[in-house]
Amino acid sequence: MESIVTYSLVLSAVLFTMGVLAVLVRRNPLIMFMGIELMLNAANLAFIAFARHLDKLDGQVIALIFMAVAAAEVAIGLAIIVSIYRFRRDVDVDAVNSLRG
Amino acid sequence: MDYIYLAIVFPLLGLLVNGFFGRRMTRRAVGTIASLAILGSFAVSLVAFFDYLDAGEAARSIILLPWISLPPLEISYGFLVDGLSLVMALAVSLVSFLIHVYSTGYMADDDGYPRYFAYLNLFVAMMLTLVLADNLVLMFVGWEGVGLCSYLLIGFWYKRAAPSVAGLKAFVVNRIGDFAFLIGVFLVFWLYGTFRFTELRQSVETVALAGHLPITLIALFLFGGAIGKSAQFPLYVWLPDAMEGPTPVSALIHAATMVTAGVYMVSRMSFLYSMTEVAMLVVACVGAFTAIFAASIALVQNDIKRVLAYSTVSQLGYMFLAAGLGAYWIAIFHLFTHAFFKALLFLASGSVIHGVRGEMDMRKMGGLAKYMPHTYWHFLIGAMSISGIPLLAGFFSKDQILFAAFTSRPGIWPHAGMVLWVVGVVTALFTAFYMFRQIYLVFLTKPRFDTDEIHPHEAPASMIVPNWFLAVGSVFAGYIGLPALFAGILSLPNVFQPFVSGALAGAGHVAEAAHGAQELIKEVLTTSISVVVALVGLGLAFYLYQVRYGVTEKLKKAFAAPYRVLLNKYYVDEFYNATFVQPGRVMCEQLSRAVDLGIIDGIVNAVAFVIGALGQILRPIQTGFVRNYAWYIGGGAVLLVILLWLGLGAK
Amino acid sequence: MNVIELIVFFAAVALALVGAVGMVMSRNPVHSALFLIANFFALAVIFLMLSAPVLAALQILVYAGAIMVLFLFVIFFFVQPGQKHAYVYSLPWQAFLSGILVIVLVCVLVAGLYMGGVFAPEEHVQSMAVKAEELTSPQALGSALFSRYLLPFELTSLLLLAAMLGAVVLARREKRSNGEEEG
Repeated sequence: MESIVTYSLVLSAVLFTMGVLAVLVRRNPLIMFMGIELMLNAANLAFIAFARHLDKLDGQVIALIFMAVAAAEVAIGLAIIVSIYRFRRDVDVDAVNSLRG
Repeated sequence: MDYIYLAIVFPLLGLLVNGFFGRRMTRRAVGTIASLAILGSFAVSLVAFFDYLDAGEAARSIILLPWISLPPLEISYGFLVDGLSLVMALAVSLVSFLIHVYSTGYMADDDGYPRYFAYLNLFVAMMLTLVLADNLVLMFVGWEGVGLCSYLLIGFWYKRAAPSVAGLKAFVVNRIGDFAFLIGVFLVFWLYGTFRFTELRQSVETVALAGHLPITLIALFLFGGAIGKSAQFPLYVWLPDAMEGPTPVSALIHAATMVTAGVYMVSRMSFLYSMTEVAMLVVACVGAFTAIFAASIALVQNDIKRVLAYSTVSQLGYMFLAAGLGAYWIAIFHLFTHAFFKALLFLASGSVIHGVRGEMDMRKMGGLAKYMPHTYWHFLIGAMSISGIPLLAGFFSKDQILFAAFTSRPGIWPHAGMVLWVVGVVTALFTAFYMFRQIYLVFLTKPRFDTDEIHPHEAPASMIVPNWFLAVGSVFAGYIGLPALFAGILSLPNVFQPFVSGALAGAGHVAEAAHGAQELIKEVLTTSISVVVALVGLGLAFYLYQVRYGVTEKLKKAFAAPYRVLLNKYYVDEFYNATFVQPGRVMCEQLSRAVDLGIIDGIVNAVAFVIGALGQILRPIQTGFVRNYAWYIGGGAVLLVILLWLGLGAK
Repeated sequence: MNVIELIVFFAAVALALVGAVGMVMSRNPVHSALFLIANFFALAVIFLMLSAPVLAALQILVYAGAIMVLFLFVIFFFVQPGQKHAYVYSLPWQAFLSGILVIVLVCVLVAGLYMGGVFAPEEHVQSMAVKAEELTSPQALGSALFSRYLLPFELTSLLLLAAMLGAVVLARREKRSNGEEEG
């Protein structure tokens, strides 16, 4: 396999893991959210790398649609975070635990 | 004739419009739409009738849509157009139309006006499905559909207890008959592998199984359904109670159309019945017994509608008597004339009830002829027709039933014909008596109500006009199927018999066509006896209720015991109550306590408890911290991938 | 692939890694956002080298341009510098467990790549020029979007519309009295 594709895939795995880490350890919802964005980008990278490897456009198309989905997700997610800020005046996701069983 | 399904579609459209938008429309619009829908059905039937004549009276089976297709089981929405179904469709749609028009007057002040017409339209659609169906299953759809409408309309005034109970009783009692009917239908499929009448007829007539036990069983089970639907002994008990519904409903459903479905079914399956003499004799005997049994009850009833209800049961018995003797066309002919005069009698009684502010007890009426002359004439014509006064519709049809009984010699019991004839003649005597007793009590004797309180009035035009049409039918409907004697005298050939006979089996053991001199003498004899009997009944009523008015009270005292038995309808309801209803209720109470509360509820509660306990165990997992949940998701994803690898490795 | 290209590629990889690590580690959300933007730029360069110029451009326009600016807006409007957490309870085992999970995850991913044959030796380098020609063309991507992928593409537009409406509804709540139940 072409080396550039291999490196890109490994990079994608590492970036994805970093995104997971951000979601798991940070308490600031904005940074957790950035972690999610990072995960999405890692997936995009993998798609584009495979598109290159397989010589097919489909991976790129999916990456493009992913971007649109990510944009939609950001709009909604940020709106929710803004609502929570307004309501609680706090920046800690651990404080939002009223659904505790 | 492919358009015949439109006859069913029109009332269904009426149902949809009135059912969904009836409350937002004026009453005039609701009534007009409902009546026009039925008029459409009648028009379709009429066009089909003429097309049928043009096509040389060849029966046609029209498949509209497949319904259930599971080879070898093939059931479709198919309609059979032949003489029998056309006669039924015409009679049903015509009488229904007249009763719809009548209802616009009768129900004018009722709150449930749109609901009433929606139900009524649904009923007509279902009744036409029943008579036009080309297979037993679709017929059963109509069969149950009319049963449902009957239930809904008997209990139409559901806020009062009595109609609701009566509706329930009709439904439950019919269920018993329908169960037998279903078993019969399944047996038919088991034995012949088809539900379609045409194919069925072919297999029955080619495969000689005459007199075999399965055929007899099928015939008897199907007749069980007819017993329930057509109110024959012992399942007749629901029909008198069904009088709790609005009177036009009694006229349409419980006199003219639905209750005759059993007779129609037996005629439709006549090719099967003709194969089994045992079942035929059972049908005839049940019919004859029901006829005299119900007529004897009708002698002493005081409720104007109950008399008519028992009279209907009795007349249906006549029809089964004819069908059981193999004279299917006469059964259908009596059904046809009965539809006119019994609907007329019910509608006239409805006008009476309407005119005296809901009073139904004949002991509190009297002398109404001068207040409502039209209604008096309607009732009189209907009563004369049903009593067999010569030259009216009922005379011709009933006379032919009696003649058929007189001349028939069933193979297994040759004297049955004579016995059944005697029963029929006595029933005719009873019929004439109770009808004219009713005329005298309601219309002719002195008023027995408070004339200052109640001012009887004639019904509005919307109720009178349809009744005149029915009255014309009650007089002249008989002239299309004259017996041989009168056909000769009046030189009016019998057109009814050849028209319907194509769909019916051979006439069995009734002497047919051979109208020799001997036959003619017999016919003159039976006809004269019928006339005499009818006049005796009339005269007896005249003597007891007019000439010696008040003598009946003494008679009641003199014959106290028989009178009480008749008044209480032979205590059949009490008997059923004690033997079936009460034990059933006790059993249900026990079951509800032991099985429902103990086992069923126990299982449900146990399930709930287990789930609750599981919830308590799993509860700590739901910490409320988003980051924990994220960890679960990540961990789950990793675990899934690893498990997948392990699974693949195992392969 | 020549040496210069390789140098550029690995520089981009390094920048992407630095950006990702910096985003996770920064105390200040503004710094996090800036690190992430750097990461996105590096990814754009890698996209370009993987023969996806259109996506490289979109990466910069949409992510670095639009999305991250939105993030920064929210941060500037709602987060005062030096604000302390009102809620001091922290999940005690979360960091430890997360560390384990992340290590396992990266192992699983790399193992998956290995089992998928990603590290197998290079096969057909000579066809690369032809490949790049077709993949790189924006025209080809455009026709794919408007022919074979028309339905997903249009559905995406619907999704964006729904997201827009949702965001408006969620963020619209004007000043009602605080703590009141909002419906």
